[in-house]
Amino acid sequence: MANRSTRTRVQELKRFGIFALVPLFIFTFVLVVPFFRGVFLTFTDWDGFETTSIVGFDNYFLAFQDEAFWASMGITLAYVFASLILVNLVGFGLALLVTIPLKGVNVLRTFFFVPNLIGGVILGLIWQFIFGQALPTMAEQFDLPFFQENWLVTTDTAFWALVLVTVWQMSGYMMIIYVTGLMSIEKDVLEAALVDGATGLRTLVSIKLPLMAQAFTISLFLTIRNAFMAYDVNIALNNGGPYRSTELISLHVFRDAFGFGNFATGQSKAVIMFLIIAIAALTQVIVSKRFEVQR
Amino acid sequence: MRRARVLYRFWFAFGSILAVLYAFPFFLVLVNSLKGRREARNNPIAWPESFLWENFVEAAERMEFWQALGNSILVTSTSLVAIVLTSSMLAFYLARSRAKSSSAIFLILVTSMIVPFQALMIPFVGFFGNLGMLSSRFWIMFFYVGFGVAMSTFLYHGFIKNIPLELDEAASIDGASAWTTFWRVIFPMLSPVTATVAIINGLWIWNDFLLPSIVLYEDSRTLPLRTFVFYGQYTSDYGLAMAALVMSMIPIVLFYFAMQKRIIQGISAGAVK
Repeated sequence: MANRSTRTRVQELKRFGIFALVPLFIFTFVLVVPFFRGVFLTFTDWDGFETTSIVGFDNYFLAFQDEAFWASMGITLAYVFASLILVNLVGFGLALLVTIPLKGVNVLRTFFFVPNLIGGVILGLIWQFIFGQALPTMAEQFDLPFFQENWLVTTDTAFWALVLVTVWQMSGYMMIIYVTGLMSIEKDVLEAALVDGATGLRTLVSIKLPLMAQAFTISLFLTIRNAFMAYDVNIALNNGGPYRSTELISLHVFRDAFGFGNFATGQSKAVIMFLIIAIAALTQVIVSKRFEVQR
Repeated sequence: MRRARVLYRFWFAFGSILAVLYAFPFFLVLVNSLKGRREARNNPIAWPESFLWENFVEAAERMEFWQALGNSILVTSTSLVAIVLTSSMLAFYLARSRAKSSSAIFLILVTSMIVPFQALMIPFVGFFGNLGMLSSRFWIMFFYVGFGVAMSTFLYHGFIKNIPLELDEAASIDGASAWTTFWRVIFPMLSPVTATVAIINGLWIWNDFLLPSIVLYEDSRTLPLRTFVFYGQYTSDYGLAMAALVMSMIPIVLFYFAMQKRIIQGISAGAVK
């Protein structure tokens, strides 16, 4: 018996060596080690090249004293909130649109989804041109009340420009997830509702929404995470301008470290960002799970 | 029933208008990519006076499009192969092992999925810079495996769990080693997940900007990076800049139309897990 258990242990170890060692080594080396090293460095006076002493929480105090950090945090939270609502509202609306029983809807799906295929940088550059060149010309020629000025050069409009591009980019993706959710509802349930005389709106609120709550959990989670991490569209659209007023937290951290050389403070901000994302995402998942119907 | 049909028509018409709005930015970029410098600046919403196809030739030459495209294809394809191989093997080990340590490993992998790259990009540069691993099209593949392996393993794991153990045992009785069993019996059965893994990771790596912007320089730059730099230099000539944008979008759009069904399936399968 003892002999047999050692044999399986040897076998287990051998299997580990063959199948798991290389992937886990790469995972540890690329993700785990830099992560913990990054956390460690926030407690030192690291200047990008060397560390000479442990400084406790000084970098975090410095980060919290930095007004630009708070400004960036504020605009990021506003951006996350606006995207969360609008992306999902539009995404869900699109999902309802493309599931109506008519033949042409598949073509519509493609139109809504295509922006998501293309990287954020390219999308940002496209809209830099649209806001800066195309829309002002259009507003002039057709005498439109808005878009006369380039939206990217004043703070308020630049913020909404960023949100608009985000909705354009992400709503198609969320649409796919919501379509999957809508499709997963059994036909019998919907027919029963129809027989009972439920209106379209009633069916939507009382049957479809609760039965596809899982799709909402996923979409909300993904939107929160993506919005907190947004970088590509931000840098490509107007580089966080005007005067860093729409600089989201990723771009702020990037600049602090690589632009101004505040490596340890910048990394502290990155760790704070990570904690906020982790807490926000976990809270949201826990809250959403309560609404999911057990089937 | 008839009222319902009318209602559907109405919503379809509404959807069509929305679709046109969604496509409008692309359309404007396309139209302006065929204009000369002055024309694109003076009237960006007019139809081109004449189609200036030379813009594409010139932009391709100045941004070294073909080199950038080659870099993107190389980086994406090698990373994908590496991710598929490593994560399917790891998932096989974790799904079949009864050791306590393997559930701990699985938990660590799942937890790590919440760590954004931003939380480690700063130490990343110092750490891998010292090791001389930056600015290389080879090592970036290594990084993508590190960042992609957790989610891909998770996807494979869910699938392998549902493959009956009797298959492994039967192969083992026939004298096959674990290695042979995996590649001959299990891996071929994983192809639906492999498609999902390849599509999700492929789109991410192809479009990724932040990691390559830190890791790759000059000749090794991928397409999004090269386009970004080029656009910054040519904002005075929108015709050329737009041509660059169009070219950088063509590969992924072609890929989408070739694999539309698979991509949509892959995305919904990957997200719902």
